[in-house]
Amino acid sequence: MTRQVLKRLAGMVVVLLLVCLFTYVIFFVLSPDPAVQICGKNCTPAKIDQIRDNLGLNRPFWAQFWTFLSGLFVGRTYGEGIQCSAPCLGYSFQSSQSVTSMMVQRFPVSLTVAVGAAVLWLLAGLVSGLIGAINEGKFIDRFISGLTFAGMSIPNYVLALVLQFVLVVTLRWLPFPQAVAFGDDPVQWFLNFLMPWIVLAVGYAASYTRLTRANVIEALQENYVRTARSKGLRPSVVWRRHALRPALTPIVTIFGMDFAGLLGGAVITETVFGLNGIGKMASDAITKNDQPVIMGVTLLAAFLVVVGNMVVDLVYTAIDPRVRIGASA
Amino acid sequence: MTNSQRDQTLDQPADRPMLSVRDLTVAFPTAKATNEVVHHLSFDLPPGGALGIVGESGSGKSMTSLAIMNLLPPGATRSGSIVFRDTELTALREPAMRTVRGSRIAMIFQDPLSCLNPYYTVGDQIAEAYRAHRHGVSRRQAHRVAIESMERVHIRDAARRVNYYPHQFSGGMRQRVMIAMALSMEPELIIADEPTTALDVTVQAQILGLLTEIRENTGAGLILITHDLAVVSETTDQIIVMRHGDLVESGPVEQIFSEPRADYTRMLLDAVPRIDDAIDDMRTLPSSAAHETPTEGARL
Amino acid sequence: MSIATTISEVGGDTEPTLTDAPRRGSKIIRDILSSPGSALSAAYIVLVLCMAVFAPLIVKLSGWGPYAFDEAAIDPNMGGVPVGSLGGISSDHWFGVEPVNGRDIFARIVYGARASMVIALASTALTTLMGVIFGLVAGYFGGIADTIISRLMEFLMAFPALIFMIAILSALPADNRQYLLVLVISVFGWPYLARVVRGQTLSLKQREFVESARASGAASSQVIFREILPNLLPTIIVMTTLAIPGYIGTEAGLSFLGVGVVPPTPSWGQMIAASTNWYSVDPMFFIFPGLFLFMLVLSFMVLGERVRRVVEVGEISS
Repeated sequence: MTRQVLKRLAGMVVVLLLVCLFTYVIFFVLSPDPAVQICGKNCTPAKIDQIRDNLGLNRPFWAQFWTFLSGLFVGRTYGEGIQCSAPCLGYSFQSSQSVTSMMVQRFPVSLTVAVGAAVLWLLAGLVSGLIGAINEGKFIDRFISGLTFAGMSIPNYVLALVLQFVLVVTLRWLPFPQAVAFGDDPVQWFLNFLMPWIVLAVGYAASYTRLTRANVIEALQENYVRTARSKGLRPSVVWRRHALRPALTPIVTIFGMDFAGLLGGAVITETVFGLNGIGKMASDAITKNDQPVIMGVTLLAAFLVVVGNMVVDLVYTAIDPRVRIGASA
Repeated sequence: MTNSQRDQTLDQPADRPMLSVRDLTVAFPTAKATNEVVHHLSFDLPPGGALGIVGESGSGKSMTSLAIMNLLPPGATRSGSIVFRDTELTALREPAMRTVRGSRIAMIFQDPLSCLNPYYTVGDQIAEAYRAHRHGVSRRQAHRVAIESMERVHIRDAARRVNYYPHQFSGGMRQRVMIAMALSMEPELIIADEPTTALDVTVQAQILGLLTEIRENTGAGLILITHDLAVVSETTDQIIVMRHGDLVESGPVEQIFSEPRADYTRMLLDAVPRIDDAIDDMRTLPSSAAHETPTEGARL
Repeated sequence: MSIATTISEVGGDTEPTLTDAPRRGSKIIRDILSSPGSALSAAYIVLVLCMAVFAPLIVKLSGWGPYAFDEAAIDPNMGGVPVGSLGGISSDHWFGVEPVNGRDIFARIVYGARASMVIALASTALTTLMGVIFGLVAGYFGGIADTIISRLMEFLMAFPALIFMIAILSALPADNRQYLLVLVISVFGWPYLARVVRGQTLSLKQREFVESARASGAASSQVIFREILPNLLPTIIVMTTLAIPGYIGTEAGLSFLGVGVVPPTPSWGQMIAASTNWYSVDPMFFIFPGLFLFMLVLSFMVLGERVRRVVEVGEISS
C-alpha cells in the first residue's frame, strides 16, 4: 500500500515536471518576446535589453528553466530586490501583481462554482439515470435519453446566453448578475451563482445520467444480483446493496476527475458570467497575452488534475475491495 | 434444526413427492413467435431424494430451475404446476415466494466468482441471507452462523476467512462459500445448477462429495443440473435427460447408465470418457446432436 | 490489479467490441438511417456540408457577402442596433445583421459552416490517422515502442486539455491558425482512439487467424493490413463518429474564447462570442449561430450513437 502510494507520487512528480517543461517551452521559446510587451510604447532597445536582463531572458534556456522551477519551490528574486516568495509563478505583465497571490485571491470563486455545479449535476445525473434504468425502454426512459443528448450537445456558452435571455431579460425571474459577497446578501449571492451552476452542470448531468443508467442496467444483469434474489432478499436490499453499490462505485472515479478539472477554472462559464475565478483570469490573460498568468493557470490546472487523479486512485482503492486487498488463499 | 427437518420428512407419506412439477412450460413470447424453451415438463422428487437433470446447453434445464424459483429472466413466462411440499409455487405472490427462496429452497449457481458480489465479504453475504429470513437476528448471531456454515463446508480457518472478499478465494473455495450460503438457511431443497462446471476435476469431485455429505446430514432434497452425465452418476439416484426443452428419458441412475432407451442418452453416455480424470471435456459431442429436433424414438 | 482494469470489470465500459460478421456497407448505412432521428441528423449534416462547400454560390444568391458592411441596416443613433425587428431580418438580410457593423448574419453562418466542418473533419482525419497508427504500433510490436507510446498517451490524457489548448494557441502566432487548431485538437485527441486500438490489436494478435498468418511467414505489414486492420474497422468507425461532435464543440469553444479561427473569417463560436454583449437587445445575434452549432453537435451525436448501436449490436430497426 505505502509502496503503491510512493510509486504514484513519483509518477505524479514526473508528470508535473514534464508539464512545467512543456509549458515553459511553449511560452518562453515560441511566443513573442515578453520584454517587448512589458516595455510597451516608447520603447528603446536599451530599455528592452534592461528588461531582458531583469527577467534573465539573456541566459541559456535551461538556466532560465531552472530559475523558474526553483522559484516554484524556494522563490526567486527579480532584478534588484523584488522578492517573489515560493511558490513563485512570476508577475503579471498587466497588473504587476504576483500570479500566485492573484490565483489565491480568485480560487474561492472557482471553488464555489465547481462545488455548486457538482452538487447539481450529481443530484440530477444520479436521479434521472436511476429513473431511466428502472423504466428501461419505457417512455420516460426514452424522454430522459433524448434530454441527455440535448444536454450534451448544447455548448455551455450558448446555454448561458439562452438562460440569461429567458430567465433575466424575458421572464425577469433572476436579477442581472452583480458581484455580491455571501456575507452581504446571501440571497443575491445565491441567485448570482445559480445560472453559472446550472450552465456548468447541464453537460455533466447529461453524461452522468447516461453513465448511471448504463451502469445500473449492467449491474442488474450481474450473476450476483440473481444470487441475491435467489437468497430471498427484498427488492430494496437487492437494489441498494447489489445493484447500486457496484454501479455507482466507478462514478466516484469519474466524478473525482471532473471535479478536479473544474477547480482549475471553468474558463467559459466564468467568462460568460463575468465571475472573477481562475478561469476568467485565464481568458483575460489570453486576450492580453499575459504570459506569466496563462502559464500559472495552466500549471495550476495540470497540478489539480494530476493530484485529483491520485486522490481518486486512493479513494478507489479504499472503496473497491478487489483493489484494496490483493488475491490470496 | 436438522432433526426437525427429518421429522417433517417423516410426517409425510413416503410416496408423496417433495417437489412435483407438472406440465411446466417456459416460453419467451416475442412479437413474431413464442419461443418455448421448456415444453410440458413433468417430474417428481421424492423427499430427501436426489435428482439429476442432464442436458446440453439450450436444453432448458437451467430454465427449469429458474422457473421453480420464479427467477426467470424478464420477458419469460411459465405455465403448469410446481408443488413444493403442499404449496403450489406458481400461485404464490412475490412476497410469499421470497420466504421460500433461500429459506426453503436454496440455489447454487455455476461460476461462483460472478455469483458473489465483489464488494462484500463472503461472511457478509452469507449473513445477509440469514438475516433476511430470521427476523430479529443480530449481526453478531448472523456472523456466527456464517462461520458455522463455512465450517460445515470444510473451509478451514473459517473465523478468519469469513472476512475475506470473494476474489481472495480459489474457485473451489468460492463454490464452497456458495454452498455454505445455501446451507445457512437449512433449506429443504437445494438446486445446484452446474455447480462444478467452472472447476478443476479434482475440485469437482470434492464439491460433489460435499453435496452428497450435506444431503446425508440434513436430509435435504437435491436437484443437480448438469451437462455432464459423469457428474450425476455418483451424486444422484434419479436422472432425467432433457433436450430442446423436452424430456428425453428418465429413470434411476443405474438404469440410464446400463440400458439407456433413447439414442440421445446413448450419445451423451458415449461422450463420457471411460477414464474419470478426463470428464471435463464434453465438447467432443458430435455437433449434429446440438441441433435438430429430437427423433420420435427419443421422446418418452 | 490496476485501477483501469478494475473499472472496466465493474461496469460502465462502453468500449466497442468487434462484430463477428461484418455486414455489407450499404446495408449498414440503410440500418443507420432507418431511425427517423438519425435520418434527420444525417440530413442536417448534409445541409451544413453543402453550406460549407457551396458557400460562395449561396452567398451570391442571398446577395450579401460575409465581410460586407451594410450601414443602412443598423441604427447608429441606437448604438448600432439593427434596424427593424428580430435583429433586422428582411428580404435583404435573411437572418438579420450584426449590430454595429451590419454584416449579414446569413452569409457569416454559411461561411462559418466552413470553419466548423473543415476543422472538425480535418481534426477527425488526423486524430484517426494518429490514433490508428500509434495504437497499432504499440499493440502489434509491443516492447519499447509500446512503453513509449503508452506513457505518452497517459501524459497527454492527464492534461487539462482545454486550458492547454488555449495556452498553446494563445502563445503561438495567429497566422495559419486553422492548421494549428487542427494540430492541437489532434495532439490531445488521438490517445483516446489509440488506447482502444492498442487493446484490440493486442487481443487480435492472439486470435487464431492472425497467429496462423504470422506462422505462415507473412510480413508484419501484410498481417497488419490484411488481418488486423479490417477487424479494427468497426471500432474505428464508431469511435471516429462519436468523436466528431467533440471536435466541433472544441473548435467553437476555442473560437469563442478568441484563440480559434481568426477574425474576420467567420466561425460560429466567434459569432456567439461577439453576441454576448448584445443578448438582451438583439437575441437573434446569438440565436442563429447558437442554433446552428447546437443542431450540428446534436446531429453528430445522434448519428454517432446510432452508428455505434448498428455496428456493435447489429441492431436492424428500432
